[in-house]
Amino acid sequence: MIKSELVSRIAARNPHLYQRDVENIVNTILDKVVEALANGDRVELRGFGAFSVKSRPARLGRNPRTGEKVEVDEKSVPFFKTGKEMRERLNGDAD
Amino acid sequence: MGGKTVTRADLCEAVYQKVGLSRSESAELVEAVLTEIADCLVTGESVKLSSFGTFTVRSKTERIGRNPKTGEEVPILPRRVLVFKPSNVLKLRINGHDTAGMED
Repeated sequence: MIKSELVSRIAARNPHLYQRDVENIVNTILDKVVEALANGDRVELRGFGAFSVKSRPARLGRNPRTGEKVEVDEKSVPFFKTGKEMRERLNGDAD
Repeated sequence: MGGKTVTRADLCEAVYQKVGLSRSESAELVEAVLTEIADCLVTGESVKLSSFGTFTVRSKTERIGRNPKTGEEVPILPRRVLVFKPSNVLKLRINGHDTAGMED
């Protein structure tokens, strides 16, 4: 499922809303999550999962093609941990 | 900056401010979005959200694990796990880059 399909499915269940409103809702939610992570905050959605930012230290990497050493700067990466309910649903324990 | 936790309530507030629905309807729609994504993943289908990332369900085979406290060997049963692969736009944003107008 891609974003446009997600929008269509939700719009189909909410006939009182315009498709573009639903699109706006989905984008607002995703933007808010991105904005929070960009600020270094955590996003916790009980039952679904939690997004957080982890810091990766600078390291000496290697260009795999040439074998040349390259310095890789410190960076932050987004991380997602699946929520308990979601994990259980994926394995048929709940629902 | 940093250290705060954003929850459903913050997402509802953002939707309320931006979309012009009532507070209760904003809350319902936030829930509807999460439910739709979760239901899709439970069927095993991936969810790809451009500029954000992709959620994929992976099946793991059984392997032998070890209780780190007792050293005892225990089988880890086959199971399905959810993995999130962040988009490039998200990775750039988190590292303070401007991604205005970028899509992926």
